Amino acid sequence: MKNVFLSNFTNTKAKESHIHQCLSILFIFLKLSPVSFGGGFALLPILEKELVTKRKWLSSSDISDIFSLSQSAPGAIALNSAIYIGYRLQGILGAIFALIGICLPTIFIMIVLSITFSYYQSSPKIEAALQAIRTTVIALIVFAAYRMGKEAIIDKSTATIAVGTLILLYFFSSYIHPMLILLFGAISGIIVMFIKNKYFPQKEATKKEETPIIYDYMI
Amino acid sequence: MILFFIFFFIGLISFGGGYAMIPLIQTEVVERQQWIGMVDFSNLVALAGVSPGPIGLNLAVATGFIYNGLGGVIVAALGMILPSLIVMIIIARMANRLQHNKIWKYALYGVRATVTGFILYSAIIFIKTNHMISSNLYFTLTQLLIFLGSLFALFYFKKHPLYVIIISGLVGITLYS
Repeated sequence: MKNVFLSNFTNTKAKESHIHQCLSILFIFLKLSPVSFGGGFALLPILEKELVTKRKWLSSSDISDIFSLSQSAPGAIALNSAIYIGYRLQGILGAIFALIGICLPTIFIMIVLSITFSYYQSSPKIEAALQAIRTTVIALIVFAAYRMGKEAIIDKSTATIAVGTLILLYFFSSYIHPMLILLFGAISGIIVMFIKNKYFPQKEATKKEETPIIYDYMI
Repeated sequence: MILFFIFFFIGLISFGGGYAMIPLIQTEVVERQQWIGMVDFSNLVALAGVSPGPIGLNLAVATGFIYNGLGGVIVAALGMILPSLIVMIIIARMANRLQHNKIWKYALYGVRATVTGFILYSAIIFIKTNHMISSNLYFTLTQLLIFLGSLFALFYFKKHPLYVIIISGLVGITLYS
């Protein structure tokens, strides 16, 4: 992608435009963030419409790159995408502005919700609703596990790692910090793959294209 | 402050989506630090799921708020956001080389599987604390119904989570109050 905006940095007029662009980025994310209800995946198509279709700042293939990278990185995919897009468009300042834009509305709304919640917490109707919502949350979690699992569990090794993690977490989470378990999982993955490639060299020609995980909505 | 570091590490480690963060946050906040009880935590998760934006960030905000009001919110939010910022910028610079790097791919291979385990663990913990399976038959049956209904809505009908949560809340009110 040609980064048209950064290439004219010596020009002061372009410097103004740089700030101007950053502010636009800020406002875009400010505008789009509150709409991403229930998770950030709703953000992506909206983002695409705004940035690819309307403003033509990025291309569709950029978007899918952004998507797969943001997913592989730690942290919330919505935040990562925002940062990456901001960076691609306007460097570090763009990344920061994008981040501010996407965070401010959700933080604000969350604070308001938290306060309202703490007031009505004792209401029996709310408790009744929560009984059901907590269950729905479980369903959401199971759904997330399924989607992740579809891409993650592709052979016996991955299945073993997943089950192993589950067992470790279930019985030992008070002794072993989950982060260690995660690290352990990553290292296991590396070891397993090295062993596999050493003893079972694959014919890479028939390997299918790695497709990014397409979620219906971001969590 | 502890708050910052906790969320910084969580933000740094949580590969694979917000729901993977939940067991991490839960272990830290509920079991280790004991700031929030498990039931309250479940409610917070529901709340965070409803609010726009990434569920991890929302949870951080809620936790920060409970811990230390608005100041806590800022600290927790920063903790959550900064690792993403740093890591993503590094990744953005290395974008092309990274996607073909063998070790990165292998690590992802392992991490995705681990994260699946994490998410499943999270589900099990929630099932346990919700007492979904209890001696009260009415409760268990209706819970199962809601659970399956929500799953169906998500899987087959592909409804947006917010929609499902709201409907479920209404169902809850009619069934349980």
